[in-house]
Amino acid sequence: MNVPTDYVLALSAFLFVIGVLGVLVRRNAIVIFMSIELMLNSANLALIAFARAMAPGTEALRGHVLVFFVIAVAAAEVAIGLALIVAIFRTKRSIDVDQVSSLQG
Amino acid sequence: MTIDLILFFGIAAIAVISAISMLVSRNAVYSALFLVLNFVAIASLYLLLNAAFIAMVQVTVYAGAIMVLFLFVIMLLGAEKVETGPSLPWQLPVAILLGLVLIAEFAYVLFGRVTQIGGELAGVGEGFGSPASVGRTLFDQYLIPFEVTSILLLVAMVGSIVLTRDDRKESR
Repeated sequence: MNVPTDYVLALSAFLFVIGVLGVLVRRNAIVIFMSIELMLNSANLALIAFARAMAPGTEALRGHVLVFFVIAVAAAEVAIGLALIVAIFRTKRSIDVDQVSSLQG
Repeated sequence: MTIDLILFFGIAAIAVISAISMLVSRNAVYSALFLVLNFVAIASLYLLLNAAFIAMVQVTVYAGAIMVLFLFVIMLLGAEKVETGPSLPWQLPVAILLGLVLIAEFAYVLFGRVTQIGGELAGVGEGFGSPASVGRTLFDQYLIPFEVTSILLLVAMVGSIVLTRDDRKESR
């Protein structure tokens, strides 16, 4: 593999910006949540690219281990987040984030 | 232009187009399926970057388990299309402006930095990123975080059951 690390980092940054735009623009709570997953995934891509850049050393595999932990934490986060969305849907009958404004003064 | 670069640009195009499609499709089911395509494209990028084990974890955990959970909740709630009411008129322009600012910051950090990483990449050793090597690093140096992660997953499991439990029936 001879792709420069900069190219992979640029792709990662671009995917991250798309995820940020999803959080800012969409109002469906589930799509907002999927955009957050996209951001986590682009951060993982940057970590793997850095691990490849320092490849022959044994320290490089620590990047892979960190990505492994990020994936595990993301799985826990998705379970809790979707449970919260289901609970909000039960009381509000909607997952439009504009509707969830009961605390607005 | 080597075969690696051609592969990279093809996969990167698939990843970016599927992410943008996820963003703009009005139906949440289509968004979830585009996100699955994006995750599989990034998994093949991991393979290009000599991370075989992480690529397989990405396919099974992300594209398999997590997205199935998303699709299950979308279809359970019947919430494919919710954005019906009027939106804020300034929301889209402000979001695009902030996104452009973020791209500019990334470009400044990426192209304006002093120290260059990489350049010509060195070759990897035999078995770099394989399940055996990643597992050896994981269990030699990161055993405590690994066990803490298992507790975290247990807490998430109990928490999601408690949050979605319908306790109106029990109070009767």
